[in-house]
Amino acid sequence: MDREEILEILKQMAEIIEKEIGLDNLVIIGIKRRGAIIADRIKEILKKEIPVGYLDITFYRDDFSKIGAHPVVGTTEILFDIDDKKVILVDDVLYTGRTVRAALDALIDLGRPKFVKLFVLVDRGHRELPVCPDYFGKKVDIGEDEMVEVRLKEIDKKDEVVIVKKWNGKGKTL
Amino acid sequence: MEWKRKDLIGLENLSKEEIEIILEVADSFKDVSTRSVKKVPALRGKTVVNLFFEPSTRTRTSFELAAKRLSADVLSFDVSSSSVSKGETIVDTAKNIEAMKVDCFIVRHSVSGAPEIISKNVSASVINAGDGCHEHPTQALLDLFTVKEKFGKIKGIKISIIGDILHSRVARSNIWGFKKLGAEVCVCGPPPLIPKDIENIGIKVTYHLEKAIEDADIVYLLRLQRERQKENFLPSLKEYSFLYGLDIEKYEKMKKRTFIMHPGPMNRGIEIKSEIAEKEKSLILEQVTNGIAVRMAVLYLTIGRKV
Repeated sequence: MDREEILEILKQMAEIIEKEIGLDNLVIIGIKRRGAIIADRIKEILKKEIPVGYLDITFYRDDFSKIGAHPVVGTTEILFDIDDKKVILVDDVLYTGRTVRAALDALIDLGRPKFVKLFVLVDRGHRELPVCPDYFGKKVDIGEDEMVEVRLKEIDKKDEVVIVKKWNGKGKTL
Repeated sequence: MEWKRKDLIGLENLSKEEIEIILEVADSFKDVSTRSVKKVPALRGKTVVNLFFEPSTRTRTSFELAAKRLSADVLSFDVSSSSVSKGETIVDTAKNIEAMKVDCFIVRHSVSGAPEIISKNVSASVINAGDGCHEHPTQALLDLFTVKEKFGKIKGIKISIIGDILHSRVARSNIWGFKKLGAEVCVCGPPPLIPKDIENIGIKVTYHLEKAIEDADIVYLLRLQRERQKENFLPSLKEYSFLYGLDIEKYEKMKKRTFIMHPGPMNRGIEIKSEIAEKEKSLILEQVTNGIAVRMAVLYLTIGRKV
């Protein structure tokens, strides 16, 4: 997946948001870090003053006793009330579903949204929790020894999505 | 860099980077206390025990709230009604409680070194909440956090610590912390209450309050323990208050952007004139607020260390 394809997917998503969900009382919340960037890009495409927030889920993870404290922690930046808002929750890749579970817990601690819809750029399967996206860019079926890497120019200098072998880091474009 | 320590005993043996990690993590915890749900599940299922062999309301409350906002279970151990008064040693007390499977002890003791002794005998985390005249690391960390929040940095900040430096664990921890992060530290107080040769560790010493405050960014007033007068360190409280207490006249002479800090509890009328505590230059209540975030960070990092 290259820059054009990513842009095309986000444009379609923006269109769905505008037509099916409606812009009134809408907020977009991206899961840090890459989900946050995708959330910003959707807002840019919509060209409207839609509140965008960023969610850091470090303190809501369920693997604390397994891997310990994360010394690199971010901050949740949601500077608006989410009560009764229509929330589009955005992330780059949906995999086990544990990140989304943590994000929902974090979100609900901030208020009571009217509803939450989940959009991911890539759904790669292998779920460990009953979570499924409302909207996705692309669905791929890959092995457990492979990883989907979404690279965005704000962090990775280049827009692309690649499938990488976990054991040697070698990748191919999705 | 990763946090690897089981315990937090003092700032003397922490590196600059370790202190910075704590301040950074504290920053991400700060907004938790301003939300309607003041809680995150990070330490769910962990048990934190307050082991206070010396009375303290504020520090204990602050630790208790910090642990609760991380969803840990907290137990406050009342020493006066405990087996300590029946002659049990502190190590036995800690080991017995640890046998009930707890994850962290928060220890305050009037004897310097008590938390360290406990930490060497238990596998749970131990956080020093003040030991004798030794250290009070979380107080210094919250002070560093508060200064960093106000000035955006610690490096180059001029801090004058005023009062009984000799007996103050708050002063000791703050001197280590501020020095490690590159601040210019000055101490000021009556000569008998300033440790001999303290300038050798690279800090300034003055016996005149005017000199200590004229150029400072932070004027840090220590609590004067009244019992020091009985021990003949001071001729009289009145004299101390006259020479080293901050009054309106001295307050007005300070630079515009000088802030006042105090670790509490305040002796209004002795080290600080009552009306100054509420002035706009006072950061005293912000220190208390930041204490929660900093203690959350310390609990999170020590209990969640990599093993």
